[in-house]
Amino acid sequence: MSQIQSQPQLRRPAKSLPRRIENAVLSVLTLAAALVWIFPLYWTLVTSIRSDENVAGNTSLLPDEFRLQAYVDAILNTRLLTWYFNSVGTAVIVTVLVLFISVLCAYALSQIRFPGGGLLYGVVLASFMVPAQTLVVTQFILMKDLNLINTWAGIILPQLIAPVVIIVYKQFFDSVPKEMREAVVLDGGGEFTILFRVFLPLNWGITTALAIVTFIGVWNAFFWPFLVVTSENMMTIPVGITQVNDAFGVAYARLMAVAMLAALPVIIAYIIFQRRVTEAIMISSGVKG
Amino acid sequence: MAMIENRRKKSLVALAMVTPFIVTFTIFFLYPMLKMIQLSFTDAPLIGSGQWIGFDNYTKLLSDRLFTISLKNNAYFVALTVIPTTAIALLIALGISRLSGARQTLVMALFFMPYVLPVSVVTEIWAWMLDLQFGILQPLIALISGKPVAVFKNPYWVMPSVAVVTIWWTNGFNVLLFLAGLRNVPAELYEAASLDGATTWQKFSRITWPLLWPVTALVLTLQLILQLKIFDQIYLLSGGGPFNSSYVLLLKVYREAFQSNNGGYASAVATVVFLLIVIISVLQFQLLRIRRNR
Repeated sequence: MSQIQSQPQLRRPAKSLPRRIENAVLSVLTLAAALVWIFPLYWTLVTSIRSDENVAGNTSLLPDEFRLQAYVDAILNTRLLTWYFNSVGTAVIVTVLVLFISVLCAYALSQIRFPGGGLLYGVVLASFMVPAQTLVVTQFILMKDLNLINTWAGIILPQLIAPVVIIVYKQFFDSVPKEMREAVVLDGGGEFTILFRVFLPLNWGITTALAIVTFIGVWNAFFWPFLVVTSENMMTIPVGITQVNDAFGVAYARLMAVAMLAALPVIIAYIIFQRRVTEAIMISSGVKG
Repeated sequence: MAMIENRRKKSLVALAMVTPFIVTFTIFFLYPMLKMIQLSFTDAPLIGSGQWIGFDNYTKLLSDRLFTISLKNNAYFVALTVIPTTAIALLIALGISRLSGARQTLVMALFFMPYVLPVSVVTEIWAWMLDLQFGILQPLIALISGKPVAVFKNPYWVMPSVAVVTIWWTNGFNVLLFLAGLRNVPAELYEAASLDGATTWQKFSRITWPLLWPVTALVLTLQLILQLKIFDQIYLLSGGGPFNSSYVLLLKVYREAFQSNNGGYASAVATVVFLLIVIISVLQFQLLRIRRNR
């Protein structure tokens, strides 16, 4: 080790021919695997732009038709637009509230010494390990008691607990230099000023990353919305599209159009924010920080 | 005096800041958790109150065949997914790490894309891919078993098929963790090894694998916990059938609570799953901490 470090200017050895071949072969294999991996999504797209009569038994892998009829049918004959509305609404509200609750809590835990702070952080860390899925029975009973079945509030409230967001924020706040804080204190600014004028702007990158990952997570949530909503008008996209199956029977072009429409928002969000998503996942699982 | 005053004021501000979390946490997490444990000692229906019956629900569990089946199926599913997905993700990450620039970003995106899809989209797609009559993958299935199979209605095929769907869906996450781990391996080590004439296999087994082990352990444990909580894919693809061959613990919780109206008994099952996962998580946490301290 020490030998290597003492010679940082080591010249990269010219690659030999066998090594170059090995590299090329492995690259091609990786690319081929990626194409196999994405194939189900590609096949969904191809199926969705065919007509229903042309779908059954058609094994041609290339698109041989470009019709948007299945999409039109899907939008006109299902409550897809209502489900979009519910999904966007609940996902935005959960994301904003989770970030707000977490940023306040993380700031206090990171920057202020107060009685019970250590205990609270212990609780946050512990709740990270608790499987929320096992609490659905009593969460459902609670929502029933509060008369929140089939409401947005019912979908939203239990999804507000996100200890990992607090943990990540706290890590980032811990590493903000002390001087930044003291400058504001000298100007007579309070803790809220420090948080919203200094700490939040400084950590804007991680905030957007966490927001996107939280949004995708809530958008995709299935188990809880499926339990707390029974009325079709209150369903979110992932729950709603399971109803379509029954309505359409085996009209696969339309089913795949519905799947594409349900997947599109998250696919677009991922393509736009790819770097942020990647970063947030690496940070929140602790492999990079 | 001013110091103490200041201190107190600071504590109050801190309290105000943590209150939103404490309130939501107490009402929607802590209370349901305690309520679950309490209910598990009663014969309450889902809605309404019941009698205290001590450990009856738990003794009933021991002789409940469906509970034993679920437990076994959960273990089977873990075996089908955890190590395979970790191995596949490692291979893919090794491949991706050899690519560079835009090509690497593109290939990573292709592998990661399924992970951002809602579970019901994933199950719709695979129901179509594996459709008995027109599924594009049926020729492959026929190659293995000699004839097309309705995989989600077949007791032997159902769990492996759900495992394939699950790996396809969630593998991108693991690839990402491995890529992050690979980036942390210093390039000088490989260069030095190359100078010494090391083969690709030697570089992998002597440098990559040992240095990557913490990430591998993380992926394995995260997967173990995740796959123990399997519900969505099973519910949507097979509903626990055929002949209970894909019945799992959370499905048991769901059926007891929401279809058989046994709030107390469902809570007992949920408490067992809860404890199982918490114990594994704590063990994992200790394990990772010991390694970090060494």
